[in-house]
Amino acid sequence: MVQATAAPSVSAEASDTKARFLAGYRWMQLARVSEEKIASLYRGGKITGGVFLGKGQEALSAATGMALRKGDVFAPLIRDQAGRLAFGETLLDGVRTYMGSRLGPMRGRDGNVHRGRPLEGLLPMISHLGAMLPVVAGILLGRRFRGIEGTVGATSLGDGATSTGAFHEGLNLAAVEKLPLVLVVANNQYAYSTPTSRQFVCQDLADKAVGYGVAAHNVDGTDLGACLEVLYRAVEAARTGGGPQLVVASLLRLVGHGEHDDASYVDPKLRDTPLGRDCLLVAEQRILAEGWANSATLRAWQEDAHRQIEEAVTTTMREPLPDPNTEDWCALASRHLSEGSLPA
Amino acid sequence: MITYLEAIREAQAKALADDPRVYIYGQDVGNFGGAFKATKGLAKEYPGRVLDAPISEDAIIGSAIGAAIEGMRPIIEMQFADFSTVGFNQIVNQAATLHWRTNVPCPITIRLPSGGTAGGGPFHSQSMEALYAHYPGLIVMTPATVEDAYSMLLEAVAIDDPVIFCEHKYLYYHLKAEALPTEAVPTGKARIARAGRDATIVTYSAMVHESLACAEELATEGWEIEVIDLRSIKPLDTDTVLASVARTGRLLAVGEAWPWGGVTAEILARVATEGFDLLDAAPMRLNAKDTPVPYHPNLWGTHRPTAKTIAAALRQLLSA
Repeated sequence: MVQATAAPSVSAEASDTKARFLAGYRWMQLARVSEEKIASLYRGGKITGGVFLGKGQEALSAATGMALRKGDVFAPLIRDQAGRLAFGETLLDGVRTYMGSRLGPMRGRDGNVHRGRPLEGLLPMISHLGAMLPVVAGILLGRRFRGIEGTVGATSLGDGATSTGAFHEGLNLAAVEKLPLVLVVANNQYAYSTPTSRQFVCQDLADKAVGYGVAAHNVDGTDLGACLEVLYRAVEAARTGGGPQLVVASLLRLVGHGEHDDASYVDPKLRDTPLGRDCLLVAEQRILAEGWANSATLRAWQEDAHRQIEEAVTTTMREPLPDPNTEDWCALASRHLSEGSLPA
Repeated sequence: MITYLEAIREAQAKALADDPRVYIYGQDVGNFGGAFKATKGLAKEYPGRVLDAPISEDAIIGSAIGAAIEGMRPIIEMQFADFSTVGFNQIVNQAATLHWRTNVPCPITIRLPSGGTAGGGPFHSQSMEALYAHYPGLIVMTPATVEDAYSMLLEAVAIDDPVIFCEHKYLYYHLKAEALPTEAVPTGKARIARAGRDATIVTYSAMVHESLACAEELATEGWEIEVIDLRSIKPLDTDTVLASVARTGRLLAVGEAWPWGGVTAEILARVATEGFDLLDAAPMRLNAKDTPVPYHPNLWGTHRPTAKTIAAALRQLLSA
């Protein structure tokens, strides 16, 4: 049954734009609210290790996760809470990993942003930047061997990771094999504390695509609408045989590298440029200006986001922590070949 | 007659024939058949499953990990073991940790053409086994015979973990057998290559043959030397080593790799801690010299242990 629309004069395309934008906004909002909670748990000493937030990058991240669909592959980086949620990761997986719950996907063996479910297409990043790119390429290569068509793999990197050998090797290999891979580079102006001027001298990171023979897309990373448009286009191009796609988004990281970092190195003038806009506020302003929702609705969504993260934290707080006495201390899948760690 | 190198080629052919999940990826492995011809003819016999890779060791290994997650069983050829350092990060941080972190196995086989040959020089001669054995999550095989080169490579492909397969380049053409084996010794089990009662040499890979030659020489003087071929250095068959030392009371560990923190150090540590009372003399070890591997045969022949230098060490051990 077709539901009646509130505004029959609006074209289907415009209606899609609105629905997509609102969905994107809600992922961004859930990411922002849930990460604020994670940060407060960290400050309260409830989280051991680092906390890495995506504030300022939610629009790009949400658009990446949304443009992918079930069966695709996503290797997020450290500022991809929004994209993870949009791709299908539960809040519980994130909270459990941050808090070390034995019931989480990483079971206390790895923490914070190093989480995923490889068999469900969500890869757990290692810390070495660029390293997930060849792995995504390999999954796509494996699918080609297995005759699986029509799926896409995406991975996120920052401006700093474009300097790594893995970036070069991975993108080049993906290009040689014409893989359906989307590489999303968030140029957030700083790699930890190092400004882009100390990272590369090309005018535009998207120019690198020419050298690899892959398609390039530039996008304003503070604009959710633009991010959605570009990411859907790039993912579709990869899915329909266009080969690897390099998406370069310009934005500014609005937090430290991690919660331990006050980001005092950020040039204050940058904050006043369009790069420094908070993508969540920009999206909110557009929603209100377009009349897609009123402020009471936005508040209700925010309250819902708070409720969801509080519920995930409450659940996790009750769960068992890893136990060194029951941990099996075996690194191999072939248990019979493990030495030293098992009882003789 | 079949050579060690042909056995490696035949094992890969069988793996491709038996298991559609297997593919081979590496530099020049396609139509060219590999720098050493270990994949000769396979690209033609198995179209689309033996692929040339760009010169990108990091991406080659990384892509194999992804394919393994997807259910494939990649065999990766590093053109020389030495070049695996470029892919080191993917091997030790990604492949070796994947199962432990996520419960998803990472069945990849990484073939490392290893060890010295005359004229190889510093960057085509290295023995990397200790480096990889240091990392949890990896299995490290070091076959010394044609039979093991064949059966252990097939076993490597079948194992659900990343396997570093150190095949010795010096043995490629020097070693021949009548036929391929039909049975295999289980992975993780060492082999007594020669039985003896006066001293035990524990070694692996090409040094098995130097040690056997040494044992032959000492036999003419009346000494009976036992030679243990470890076959895999991780897992390391401590039981077989201890049982041998219990019989002989004397231990010499021999390795072609550098001495610092390597396989011979591990063997001495295990015997000293788990079998101290079995020893009648201080255990000894012999390795390559602690310099890069030299190019010229005059230097290279002295850099690594040989039957002659092993015999000198043994005489010292036997007189202790």
